Amino acid sequence: MKKLLIICGLLALSACVTINIYFPAAEAQKAADKIIDEVWQLKDGQKPPPEQAPETKPAESK
Amino acid sequence: MNTIAKKLSLQNIRLQHLGWTLLALTLYALTHLAQAAANMEIDTPAITALKSSMQARHNQLLPHYNSGAVGLTNDGLIAIRDATAVPLKDRGGINSLVSAENADRSALYKEIAKANNHPEWEGEVRQTFSGRWIDKAQGGWYYRSGSDWMKK
Repeated sequence: MKKLLIICGLLALSACVTINIYFPAAEAQKAADKIIDEVWQLKDGQKPPPEQAPETKPAESK
Repeated sequence: MNTIAKKLSLQNIRLQHLGWTLLALTLYALTHLAQAAANMEIDTPAITALKSSMQARHNQLLPHYNSGAVGLTNDGLIAIRDATAVPLKDRGGINSLVSAENADRSALYKEIAKANNHPEWEGEVRQTFSGRWIDKAQGGWYYRSGSDWMKK
C-alpha cells in the first residue's frame, strides 16, 4: 500500500509538471476568442467605443 | 477449504482493482485541477493596451476586409490582397494601417506568451489566433490558405 501511494504521488507530480510544459491549446483558444470578440466587437457584452462609426454590413457575395 | 481460498483470492483481486481505480481517479482529478489552474493570463496592462489599439483601428480596417482589399494571413497577421480595391483616398494610408495592425498583433502574441511565463509559446499563441481570426471572420472576407486567397 505504501508503495502504491508513493507511485501515485510520483505520477501525480509528473502529471502536473507535464501540464505546465505543454501548451494549453484549449485555454489559449478561449483566450483568443475573448480577445477577438473584443477587438472585432462581436459580443454585445463589450461596450463599443463612443466614437464608433456606424457599422458597415458585410458584403453578401460578389 | 477450497472455496475459502477462492473467496480470498477474489477479494484480493477486488482490492487491487479498488487500488487502481483510486489511482486513476486521483490522477484524473489532479489533471483537471491543474488544467483549471492553467487558465491563460490575458489581463495585463500591455495586453489591454494592445487590445484597445486594435479595437480602435478596426473601424478603419473593416471596409477593407469587406471589399477584399485586405485579407487574413495564415500566420495570425493581415496583408493587402488587392490594392486596387482600396478607394483612392485611402491608398496612401493602407500600407501603414496594415503594418500598424501587424505590429500590434505580433506584440499581442508575444505579450500573451510572456504574461503566462512561457515566452516560447509565442508561435503557438500566434497559430491559435490565426485559426480563430479566420473562424470568426465575416462572410465575404478573404483569408490565406497555403499560398492562395480564399473567400469566406
